[in-house]
Amino acid sequence: MMQNGLLTVENLYLHFRATRGVVQAVDGVGFDLGRNEALVVLGESGCGKTSLARAILRLLPRNIQTYTGEVWLNGVELMGLSEEEFRREVRWVKISMVPQAAMNSLNPVVRVGDQVAEPVVAHFGLKKEALAQAKDVFQRVGVPVDFMSRYAFELSGGMRQRVAIAMSLVTSPDLVILDEPTSALDVLTQANIMNTLKRVKKEFETSFILITHDISTSSELADRVAIMYAGQIVELNDAPHFFPAPLHPYSQKLLASVPRLHEYKQPDFIAGQPPSLLNPPKGCRFAPRCPERFARCEQEPPMVDLGERRQVKCWLYPRWER
Amino acid sequence: MDRNVAAQDGTLLAVQNLHTWFELRKWGFGRAGFVRAVDGVDFELPYGEAVAFVGESGCGKSTLAKTILGLYRPTKGDVIFEGRKLNEFQGREMQWYRSQVGYVQQDPYGALPPFMSVHRILEEPLIINGMKSKADREQRIVEVLEEVRMMPVQDFLSKFPHMLSGGQQQRVVVARSMILRPKLIVADEPVSMLDASVRVEILMLLRALQTSHNLAVSYITHDLSTVRYFSERIFVMYAAKIIEKAPVDELLRQALHPYTQALLTAIPDPDAENAVTFKEVPPGEPPSLINPPTGCRFHPRCAQIIKDLCNTQEPPEFEPQPKHFVGCWLYR
Amino acid sequence: MKRFIGFFRELTHYRSAVLGILIIGSLLALALYAVVTLPYNEAIQRWRGGEEIWGDYPRNAMPQWVTIFTGNSMPTTIILNSRDEGSVYKESQVVSGDMSTADIIMPFEYTSAGFPSEINLFLEGKSIAKKPQATMLWKTPDGRQIPLGDTTVGTAERFAISIDQRLIRRLNGLSPEIGLFADPATLAPGAKPVPLPGRYQLVIEGLTFEDNSSLEAKLVVYGQVYGLAGTDHRRRDIMVALLWGTPIALSFGFLAAVGSTLTTFIIAAIGAWFGGWLDALIQRITEINAVLPTLPILILIGTFYTRNIWVILGVVIALGIFSLGIKTYRSMFLQVKEMPYIEAAHAYGASNLRIVFQYMMPKIAPVLIPSFVTLIPTFVFLEASLAVLGLGDPVLPTWGKVLNDAYSNGALYKGYYYWVIEPAVLLMLAGLGFAVVGFALDRIFNPRLREV
Repeated sequence: MMQNGLLTVENLYLHFRATRGVVQAVDGVGFDLGRNEALVVLGESGCGKTSLARAILRLLPRNIQTYTGEVWLNGVELMGLSEEEFRREVRWVKISMVPQAAMNSLNPVVRVGDQVAEPVVAHFGLKKEALAQAKDVFQRVGVPVDFMSRYAFELSGGMRQRVAIAMSLVTSPDLVILDEPTSALDVLTQANIMNTLKRVKKEFETSFILITHDISTSSELADRVAIMYAGQIVELNDAPHFFPAPLHPYSQKLLASVPRLHEYKQPDFIAGQPPSLLNPPKGCRFAPRCPERFARCEQEPPMVDLGERRQVKCWLYPRWER
Repeated sequence: MDRNVAAQDGTLLAVQNLHTWFELRKWGFGRAGFVRAVDGVDFELPYGEAVAFVGESGCGKSTLAKTILGLYRPTKGDVIFEGRKLNEFQGREMQWYRSQVGYVQQDPYGALPPFMSVHRILEEPLIINGMKSKADREQRIVEVLEEVRMMPVQDFLSKFPHMLSGGQQQRVVVARSMILRPKLIVADEPVSMLDASVRVEILMLLRALQTSHNLAVSYITHDLSTVRYFSERIFVMYAAKIIEKAPVDELLRQALHPYTQALLTAIPDPDAENAVTFKEVPPGEPPSLINPPTGCRFHPRCAQIIKDLCNTQEPPEFEPQPKHFVGCWLYR
Repeated sequence: MKRFIGFFRELTHYRSAVLGILIIGSLLALALYAVVTLPYNEAIQRWRGGEEIWGDYPRNAMPQWVTIFTGNSMPTTIILNSRDEGSVYKESQVVSGDMSTADIIMPFEYTSAGFPSEINLFLEGKSIAKKPQATMLWKTPDGRQIPLGDTTVGTAERFAISIDQRLIRRLNGLSPEIGLFADPATLAPGAKPVPLPGRYQLVIEGLTFEDNSSLEAKLVVYGQVYGLAGTDHRRRDIMVALLWGTPIALSFGFLAAVGSTLTTFIIAAIGAWFGGWLDALIQRITEINAVLPTLPILILIGTFYTRNIWVILGVVIALGIFSLGIKTYRSMFLQVKEMPYIEAAHAYGASNLRIVFQYMMPKIAPVLIPSFVTLIPTFVFLEASLAVLGLGDPVLPTWGKVLNDAYSNGALYKGYYYWVIEPAVLLMLAGLGFAVVGFALDRIFNPRLREV
């Protein structure tokens, strides 16, 4: 556990039972996050990143096969807490979430001000104070206070997303998990939301886990980057090192495939498809698509620690090991 | 714009003063106004050129695309294809027109009927457009699947859409759009629902098809970053009008309209620096299309507004640099 | 084919559906059996009834398997026919001239602990001018002889022993079926009569007066039980109606369900696609139709016009076309209408009808299947309800008709429970089977209801 540490996740597994077999959505994930740090979890669709968010917040569906691992928050191990303890003390008190397409899941028949106040009421009780806190957080995210009495359908997409973010911040949690917060929004609105998140991070020292597939946007908030592929984290790096020079071949190809606006670069693409989470292949899961694979890749590589909180899961790296 | 219908000198599609409005109905009877989704658009598209239509949601680019496709009727103005007006097409001619314009849609899974096999999906347009011989159809289907590089073709013919990946589905959509040998492809956000690593693949495929068949393409997108790889010119749309037209490199090097400039600043490239700087974003939101503001539609949000001009009169199109058009009073 | 098997396997995940399939399977087998062993015309003939067909069957007899519960106390029918050389003895002696005796002796063993329900003696006399005469005598195992009476015998004479008044008086008011069989020791007042087991004989002393005159007799000692399903008030074996009721119920239900579901589906699709005045018209017709009460209309038609089952079926389908299902399907079609692939079809020139039939309908068709299956029992019950109300088809043997007969003859009041329970159970099974399969299908075809 690091000194400034807020969250440490070790060996997290989350497998679902589906009609066709077991979906190994989160398969041995581990990382750590400090205070006032933003971690971006990057990956394409089907790599398990949404399941990771749910695993941390224990928002689990009925068909769980496996759910094991260790999650330490401020020195308290969360997996050992009972449902009720977790609900009361952690969920939305210490960790909250802005789920995917949150702007579309606002309750259409409740005023947005009341909705944002709801988590406070649920955990701490008094309605009047809750509304005051909601008003405060509305201002923080940049929604005019007189919007509190409006309904969701009266607001634009960008405003609704800010309301969803406000809802996650109203209980002043230590960590907010955001799942694709800007993917359905326009470019200008996206920039606005990112500005808001940066401001919140600066003023209130909240930590963020941002889950997205949009690499360019992720760089707007990232202090650290985790790349997920087929249920596993294959690279854990800090942003200033990652974006110019990613370590794992997959990250390299991913960054190469991003079309650049402000410079001309011939883009690359990755042939093939990510493996299904139902039956992940043995050995390195990226090997079939990796241009640098060699014989050893038939075995699953370990997560190699390169120091300074940088890790990569690839056989190319042990030779750099300290 | 010259009211003369364009001659066969390389202009495939000419759009003149096009307006597409939708009526708002109030509770069964009575009218509550119009949504003016396309409100005065003019441009020309030569054979074989790819033009990107860029703008945020609600700017009218999809409506414009669908009007060109013949899915919506223009309220005012003309769409002129190879010298003939769309409005004047009767039944058979309309059918011919539809075979000349291919459509690539945004949602690859939604664009394919889930209960039809790839073979059937591709056969439908051929049957509808009168290709009677089964052998001819088979041949054309195989041909077009080879062009979109779905090999081996035989394996894919009997598959259903849910058995294909997103990228493969979109290839089928592209194949379908090409199968009638069109002259123009309208691609409405063709890659925005695909994974990052697949997007470039599909865009490059479209580019290859465009050059090999000399296709004109209308590429509609909100993702400016991809435009560089796929188009020759960009048209920027805002609030149902085209506010800037320029060749790609020119626009990206020097955007003239304040809105375009804001767009370009707001779009990030992957760079760790972004996390420590704040972006400048024009305040407010795009205006309502039912009651657009008077004068220049961007004026409520513009930092460079010229008082008493921008808010009262709509700017005409200026050409401050060769081939670079902008609808902004700053360039009068 | 592969899709079928896969789909079938998914259905068997639901145990209730397996039960339903078994029920439906058995009903189908039953229907098939009925149609094969008893052709349509013959069935109707038999059901129409009459002495020639059902004369030897007991009236209102319970099903034979009831004896499992009650022991040996229910006798079955015993028939003795003088034409059977094996069991009946005939003696003929010339008395003088053309006059001869024609004696018939009919012995039988009676072992049941219960009394017969009825006793009938059928006499057939063949003569030209002078009819034969017959004197009947009853001999019990313990040697008593009870004269039954005498009569002249025409071509077909029925001597209803059970209701013969003189015999009843002779037996001191006892019903002959009890009096002729009872053990005299058990006839004390206050005691319950018990039949005397042993060998009984009916002796007919006949006299013929012509040369070619002859006398034949058939003794029927009716039991209290018969067959698998018992008999009704007209001595008809209820099994005929139960058997034949199966294919009728199933086909009525199926045809009505198919007819109304398919037409509803098509109309909803057309209305949704074309919109405008056509859609509005269809909606208004549907709303008016929703207010029309189906059953009373059918009752009106049945009472004043005809009860023919095909006409009723036609009216049911006609009323079912514009049912409220249209609104459900229409909302689904309106959603499909907005889907990208429909737009694409429009863009490559597909005609309106092609889009409706080949692009929209196949998308929603899976939803049809569960609602169609759950609709079948509705129509089965509808047909049964009409029959119970007396408006069923007059010639067809159906379950509802059996219930109707039971009701009009006071079955429950008289204790003939089997008469009501048998058709009711079949109706319930049919309803249960289809409903349960329909619900499972619903869960399969409607992904939102699926259990993970």
